Amino acid sequence: MNLTLKIWRQKNNTDKGGFKEYKITDISEDMSFLEMLDVLNEQLSTKGEDPVHFDHDCREGICGMCSLYINGNPHGPQQTTTCQLHMRSFKDGDTISIEPWRAKAFPVLKDLVVDRSSFDRIIQAGGYVSVNTGGVPDANEIPIPKSIADLAMDAAQCIGCGACVAACKNASAMLFTSAKISQLALLPQGQVERKIRAENMVAQMDAEGFGACTNTGACEAECPKGISITNIARMNREYFSAVLSSDTV
Amino acid sequence: MSWVSKTLNSTLGRKVLMALTGLFLILFLVVHLAGNLQLLIPDGGEAFNKYAATMANNPFIKVVSIGNFAFILLHVIYSIILSRHNKKSRPVGYSITKASSNSTWASRNMGILGTLLLIFILVHLKGFYYEVKFGSIPMTSYEGVEFKDVFAIVSAAYSNVLYVAFYVLSMGFLAFHLSHGFASAFQTLGLNHVKYSPLIRKVGLVFSILIPALFALIPLVMFFQN
Repeated sequence: MNLTLKIWRQKNNTDKGGFKEYKITDISEDMSFLEMLDVLNEQLSTKGEDPVHFDHDCREGICGMCSLYINGNPHGPQQTTTCQLHMRSFKDGDTISIEPWRAKAFPVLKDLVVDRSSFDRIIQAGGYVSVNTGGVPDANEIPIPKSIADLAMDAAQCIGCGACVAACKNASAMLFTSAKISQLALLPQGQVERKIRAENMVAQMDAEGFGACTNTGACEAECPKGISITNIARMNREYFSAVLSSDTV
Repeated sequence: MSWVSKTLNSTLGRKVLMALTGLFLILFLVVHLAGNLQLLIPDGGEAFNKYAATMANNPFIKVVSIGNFAFILLHVIYSIILSRHNKKSRPVGYSITKASSNSTWASRNMGILGTLLLIFILVHLKGFYYEVKFGSIPMTSYEGVEFKDVFAIVSAAYSNVLYVAFYVLSMGFLAFHLSHGFASAFQTLGLNHVKYSPLIRKVGLVFSILIPALFALIPLVMFFQN
């Protein structure tokens, strides 16, 4: 395959940045999208040019590190992570536009790499269980119905890639935050800090400068892990029942 | 900041205000439509004029109408606050977006639709509400009792093709606004449930087509009757 790549290049956080075009030839359709970028970077390095910086880690679709806004969709045309996107999703001669996630809370560090530590700070605000829950419990020892455990697991599938924020017209982080609040609110271990967690995580999400939710559903449609917006409704319930009944004044 | 103002100023709090005011306005639409449909009763406007007089003199309706204005205002103010906040959340936009692949047009353009509806509401209020309340308006009498002839004003307005076109077009905007807003309000209030959400979506769809269509029908019928 021969392709034209329109890639966002930006030296650093303060640089204005802009698109640069690259021609790339002999790409196998069995390559992953990131492998295609690896080929480009090898060519750029050989020529003595600065390679394109992009985030990646496991390349198995489970770590949430890869990002990239490809041809107008987060992670490209398939509902998957960019590392699991293959070149067979494109046609020979295509022009592919590659941009970083765009959000005030995700500042661009270099080229396609954005700082997603705002997500970490939302987790730090309450996305954990700090009470001692003991060792690994025996099977069926914790009284929780399978259906509820399944819902918690569905929410816990979130890998924190940020595609929800990238897809949302408001750059809202509600799908991410709601998945993190839900996974613990549904489990018995999460009950002790249930209220304070919802209050603090929502407050941190707002403090980071993410937008509000318009219920367009774009986040759910683009999420590589299929996190449902029912979690956002749950977060709203959690948050309002928390502020109405907690001791925080 | 007290916990109340902190909550209402959070993104979630603002959204809930949008949802609650929106749901009230949805309810108002039904009541308003029920009143308007009396325009179609072929009695020269008697039923409608009597109804208008009851509405204008009922103290409960007076309170509700003040609430209605307040909620429209709140809905508008919070939409502006939220839109500004949302715009600021993405200072640098994308060069290409395929938003239609993941969301409906109406859901992404509630602000534009809302602005068009606000223009309609202002014109509508000037033409009818203001005229009836403060303008000089012809009187008519039924069984010796004097009534403001609101029907005459409406009938005159609906004989203007431009006004009728503007009205019908605005009801189209209303349909799109409701097609997203109805179900969206319930989602914001946390009402997302396997049993009820499909029903809410269906009712929302029927509501968003039926109510604006009936509203639009009235000026159309009256125009062609004239």
